Amino acid sequence: MELFQYPYMQRALIGALVIGLAAPALGIYLVQRRLALIGDGVGHVALTGVGAGLLLNRSPVLVAVIVASLGAITIELVRARGRTSGDLALALLFYGGIAGGVMLVGLSDSTSASLNAYLFGSLSTIKPEDLVVIAVLGAAILLTMLALRPALFAICHDEEYARVSGLPVRTLNLLLAVATAVTVTIAMRAVGVLLISALMVVPVAAAQQVTRGFRSTMTAAMTLGLFAAGSGVYVAATADTAPGASVVLMAIASFAVVALAGAGWRTLRRRPVAPATAPTAEPHEVVLDRS
Amino acid sequence: MTTPVITVTHAAVGYDGRAVLRDVSLTVTTGEVVAVLGANGSGKSTLIRAVLGLVPLGAGSVALFGQPLRRFRQWHRIGYVPQRLGAGGGVPATVREVVASGRLARRGVLRPPGRADRAAVEAALTSVGLADRAGDPVATLSGGQQQRTLIARALAGEPELLVLDEPTAGVDAASQEAFAGALKDFVAGGGTVLLVAHELGPLRPLISRAVVVHAGGIAHDGPVPEPAGHHADPDHDHVHPHGPDEPAGL
Repeated sequence: MELFQYPYMQRALIGALVIGLAAPALGIYLVQRRLALIGDGVGHVALTGVGAGLLLNRSPVLVAVIVASLGAITIELVRARGRTSGDLALALLFYGGIAGGVMLVGLSDSTSASLNAYLFGSLSTIKPEDLVVIAVLGAAILLTMLALRPALFAICHDEEYARVSGLPVRTLNLLLAVATAVTVTIAMRAVGVLLISALMVVPVAAAQQVTRGFRSTMTAAMTLGLFAAGSGVYVAATADTAPGASVVLMAIASFAVVALAGAGWRTLRRRPVAPATAPTAEPHEVVLDRS
Repeated sequence: MTTPVITVTHAAVGYDGRAVLRDVSLTVTTGEVVAVLGANGSGKSTLIRAVLGLVPLGAGSVALFGQPLRRFRQWHRIGYVPQRLGAGGGVPATVREVVASGRLARRGVLRPPGRADRAAVEAALTSVGLADRAGDPVATLSGGQQQRTLIARALAGEPELLVLDEPTAGVDAASQEAFAGALKDFVAGGGTVLLVAHELGPLRPLISRAVVVHAGGIAHDGPVPEPAGHHADPDHDHVHPHGPDEPAGL
């Protein structure tokens, strides 16, 4: 544990915990909408922002937030139109994003190490001012996702019903898109653009193995995210492994444990089937009357 | 004279150049229970989706409570019951959580639920006979119970107009009865109903007027048509195998 006496390790831990809490709080809405992989796509686009930031000598994270937000809004607009060409448009955006990122980083004076830091995360290089950005944006995401839960639940659960309820569906969808972009960008330093989606999705997937309601799933997913982030950083520090990969592997391990425990509990709880009352016959589907 | 609740004037709806509704006019006034009947693909679902603004009109106009649809903002006066519960992405949700969405039109996006909201949700759950399932995940309910959940969601908003899209299609007898009871209470309280139906079943005594949609136009507007031939047999279960659904984009 002595490692955590060093300020850079403390910053790494706090940054990871904030992301571990905020990412599943947003991710649950994406999973419910069947957009579990959207974070991955936005991450690809964010990389172009990183490249542009490095090339222009501006803060890569700031430029990435802007570029990723634009990308996420574009994805949302394509999705809202709901035509089949949507997934091709998304593919163009994703691959364009990562290719643009790699090219721009190459054009700047940065080494391949800095590209790696954004691709796979680099917790130990978080500076105090980075931590402030992560903490403030992470808290903003968390509060928004919790405060707007009924409305966001409604639009993700049944968008047409939400429209007939008079909810500002388009605004909330765009808010969700921008929140995704912001989460991806702040999580970029911790787990890297290639692994961000895991922190948004895996804790939710694990939680829903054993939960019954939306609110309990959200709480459980945030708890698991916090656990994965904390234990992942600890493993990375003690075993000297890559922090992003360690955090994600801890999340997947917790998924496996929860899924197995849930299956075991259901088996134990299953009571012998009571003799059912005689099933009532289904009415005929059609009456053929050709007499 | 009371303001009409729904006024559809010369409405036309097309989809990819194919006309689904042409020159449809319909007025529903307070307290009426209007059933929209018709074969699969006749455009009856499209008609109520156009009334709610879920489908853009090609021509004509729709007014709700005397307000043109474009300017209509009092959505809490309307309770909408879709054909079925969306599958969602697999995140569980309890029956109570789904029903609580029905309060959003009244409460708005930012205000947290208060005592009145919780009371309305409980009352709606009780009225459809699902109070004992409130904490269960909706995915574990039968089709009929899921349909009752959707009706409870609409009732929770304490609307003046209920719009229902095939509320009894493929629903078990117990759920149909529970649903008919809830609807009867709603009508007794002065509510107005517009529903699309393939068969009326236990709802039949409640219906004050029937509108038959055929090939995109209104073929009949008046009393509920009497069943003829073997359809009149009290044991005849008027269920057809379902044809291709109307295009999902509508």
